[in-house]
Amino acid sequence: MPVEKFEKLVSSCVPLAIDNVDTDQITPARFLKATTREGFGAKLFCDWRYDPAGKPRPEFVLNDPTYKGAILVAGKNFGSGSSREHAAWALVDYGFKVVVSSFFADIFKSNALNNGLLPVQVSEEFVSQLFETIEKNPEAKVKVDLENQTITNLETGSSEEFEIGAYKKNCMLNGYDDIDYLLSKSKEIEQFEKEKV
Amino acid sequence: MAGKTIIDKIWDKHIVESIDDSTGVFYIDRHFIHEVTSPQAFAGIKKRGIKVARPEKTVATADHNIPTQNQHLTIHDELSRLQVNTLSRNCEENGIELYGLNHPYNGIVHVIGPELGITQPGMTIVCGDSHTSTHGAFGTVAFGIGTSEVEMVLASQCLILSRPKKMRINIDGTLGKGVNSKDIVLYVISQISAGGATGYFVEFAGSAIRSLSMEARMTICNMSIEMGARGGLIAPDETTFNYIKGREMAPKGEEWEKKLTYWRSLPSDPDAVFDRELHFKAEDIEPMITYGTNPGMGVGITGKIPALDELNPSDHKSFLKSMEYMGYQPGEPLLGKKVDYIFVGSCTNGRIEDLRAFSAFIKGKKKADNITAWIVPGSKQVEAQAKKEGLIKILEDAGFEMRQPGCSACLAMNEDKIPTGKYAVSTSNRNFEGRQGPGARTMLASPITAAAIAITGEITDPRIFLEEPELVS
Ligand code: SF4
Repeated sequence: MPVEKFEKLVSSCVPLAIDNVDTDQITPARFLKATTREGFGAKLFCDWRYDPAGKPRPEFVLNDPTYKGAILVAGKNFGSGSSREHAAWALVDYGFKVVVSSFFADIFKSNALNNGLLPVQVSEEFVSQLFETIEKNPEAKVKVDLENQTITNLETGSSEEFEIGAYKKNCMLNGYDDIDYLLSKSKEIEQFEKEKV
Repeated sequence: MAGKTIIDKIWDKHIVESIDDSTGVFYIDRHFIHEVTSPQAFAGIKKRGIKVARPEKTVATADHNIPTQNQHLTIHDELSRLQVNTLSRNCEENGIELYGLNHPYNGIVHVIGPELGITQPGMTIVCGDSHTSTHGAFGTVAFGIGTSEVEMVLASQCLILSRPKKMRINIDGTLGKGVNSKDIVLYVISQISAGGATGYFVEFAGSAIRSLSMEARMTICNMSIEMGARGGLIAPDETTFNYIKGREMAPKGEEWEKKLTYWRSLPSDPDAVFDRELHFKAEDIEPMITYGTNPGMGVGITGKIPALDELNPSDHKSFLKSMEYMGYQPGEPLLGKKVDYIFVGSCTNGRIEDLRAFSAFIKGKKKADNITAWIVPGSKQVEAQAKKEGLIKILEDAGFEMRQPGCSACLAMNEDKIPTGKYAVSTSNRNFEGRQGPGARTMLASPITAAAIAITGEITDPRIFLEEPELVS
């Protein structure tokens, strides 16, 4: 799947101040019966978002019109658990382009990057300050600059660098995907198999 | 120069080409697929007009989304049927070996790989399932991947990866009565938290690990993902070689000898350096149980749920949310709490040794009336073996019901769902909110602890039943 290019983003944020948000919460297993990638946004955080009768739970942040934006700010250890890429598809389909957390589960991180969703890992202090800022002003903007690998809380001016591997950064900036790269290496892979497998 | 870890030895052998200092094209020896995370990957390569590059290196099974009753009939649920049929069609079109429903080798992907001898030391193994780490018990670099990566492996037999950091977790000493490998891993996770090994590949070592059987080692590596690790492994030794020898797809004759030489070279060098090293004592481990909504929320069965003042104030909010979901209070003891369901199964504890331990414990006793129990073997071969050994008879006599193999209530994609608000003691690996069905409350434990609870109907220390020496596990 070719991914959308990502350079810079300025947006307000949706705060989800819960730690250890696992992929079973992001996309519950009963929605994994699909054989296509489309439409998972409607199921995002389904059991927190809707009651068993399908009515929106007003206390859940996605149902609160105060909070909007393409940046999800979450508690630590976001995306733990199941490897289901459906979790990344759901976040992207819903409209998120960035997730900010003080740390991400490994498989989720690769799944996000493979779908053009940027995981921005920052210090716990930066995240808790950001939660405070959003609480004071839900419209507060945050700027994410991939080229310079920085995230800035535009309300307070505080800024932090984040890490991303050089290869993945280049893919995100240019909208490249790994499969094209791997397919271009078929000769080298064949050679490797002849010599080493 | 310092020696090499087993992780680096395997990693280095599989680098096709470096892209930059940390990233490279990485070769995959074995790829397992199942019906749930593969359809979009096959659709992807089809769209590109290509076929699976090395079909003989991929093995397929249907496990996540299948019924555990009446498997000989057409799958009732339309979407599940479509997914299982899509897998069959994709395997057929691409020449991939499929152990589908009703095949004698069908079963949970991480149970069948080892039992068929497909999983062998030194391999790189991936699957679109986070518990692929199970195969690490054989000294493999095995880890879960997402569907885009499944597509990459189908297209090229390779992935683009960065080298992980390395951690060694040493468990030395002798396990107490009634304590087994599930307790070891739940204990380690409770000590380092559900994210404690994120970013690392873990080697489990130490005398307590060395003394475990292959199946017990699989339980530990299986749950390495539950401490956040990319994967977990155990160096191969005679126990490993004896387990593999003679299995259906194990190397034979001269090939076996050649492989054995390679396998013996794999263990970490004595002077190998890990980025992080942890030590635990086997004697400190009790039978474990979880009380919350992530696998790090576990305690010794005679212990208490932490009180608020024992926790970091920044953790209070998530902790209280979890307590509300579970219907528990901070600081409460767990012994004596009522349980409604028992689930014995999954790629963590659905193998023959687990069924043996559970039935040895149950033999001659009766299931408590308030308990509904589902016992789901990990594979057709486990089911057949349990029948052969008379375990099924023991279980049925004690009032238990056997189901057919599959993932079942581990992730509750099929009908096997724990009802809202009910308490389930499960031998699986995840106690997340809704994991075993919307509103289900899961407590993770070993098969022996689950057996004790199935008999009394409430949270019970299995050691009170373990006076007879033959039950010591
Ligand atoms: S048994 Fe559970 S953890 Fe194991 S593969 Fe199936 S769903 Fe995943």
